[in-house]
Amino acid sequence: MNQKTVFKYVLGLLLSIFLTLLAYKLVVDQTFAGNKLIFAILTLALVQLVVQLIFFLHVGSEPRPHWNLAMFVSTVGLILIIVVGSLWIMANLNYNMTPQQIQDYITSQEGGF
Amino acid sequence: MADNNIQPVEHEHNDRVIFGFWVYLMTDLTMFAVLFAVYAVLRNNTFGGPTAGELLKLPQALAETLILLTSSFTCGLAVLAANAGSKKQAYLWFGITFLLGATFLGLELREFSHLLADGQSFRNSGFLSAFFTLVGTHGLHITVGLFWIAVSMVMMHVRGLTASIKSKLVRLGLFWHFLDIVWIFIFTIVYLMGAAR
Repeated sequence: MNQKTVFKYVLGLLLSIFLTLLAYKLVVDQTFAGNKLIFAILTLALVQLVVQLIFFLHVGSEPRPHWNLAMFVSTVGLILIIVVGSLWIMANLNYNMTPQQIQDYITSQEGGF
Repeated sequence: MADNNIQPVEHEHNDRVIFGFWVYLMTDLTMFAVLFAVYAVLRNNTFGGPTAGELLKLPQALAETLILLTSSFTCGLAVLAANAGSKKQAYLWFGITFLLGATFLGLELREFSHLLADGQSFRNSGFLSAFFTLVGTHGLHITVGLFWIAVSMVMMHVRGLTASIKSKLVRLGLFWHFLDIVWIFIFTIVYLMGAAR
């Protein structure tokens, strides 16, 4: 086996385990509160994404031109539009609902299922 | 990117086939992104029922994460062994990957059955519908991956480590790594963020 590539996998595994345990510990200890904690664990997940892309999926190390990387970056753009756009629109709709409308909806759903 | 001197064995053959498979993975990723968006929108809509933090057990989710992470690692070693032409090692590492994947799936199904037994069905609320859809879709992918590993082992046994089989195994490896990455986000967004509230 190619020793260098094996080393890459070992390093990727150790980094990923470390990042997972760190995120877990932050949540269990409630080191930060509210949005700070959510920001911290989301950042750790994104770091782990990059670690696994480089060490496990070898993104960027295929021969030029980096079509796989280009495809990935455009997909990330698409995902950002879908996820951020959905959250933005739905939060806005939620904000614009009056308490009466929410109450009416809940009443209409009671005993629904 | 990290080290340009590394010659990835995986990309020597069938670059175009692998790119095609990569495009499939990216569309699958987009589908998961939509499910994540749905979950993020609906996660507080519990309709008076328990929230994610009250319902989900964090230690089990951590165990699942570590198991899947290790299986992603062993899957990488399996593909490396296959590329190096070592059939025995490929069997060994793919076998371990399969067992770890099956353990992960077992834990997930156990969680689902406990939730359903407690009356926490996907029909109860928007949150539970989104939860079961997101996590269940990932579990379905894992199931497909397990079948794929089993079939690949039979093919490897019958045809030997030909160039075409090696290329198939590389794609299987990409699929498995991809599922691990999706799980990292399920663990973070569903389990950790649920408990962080």
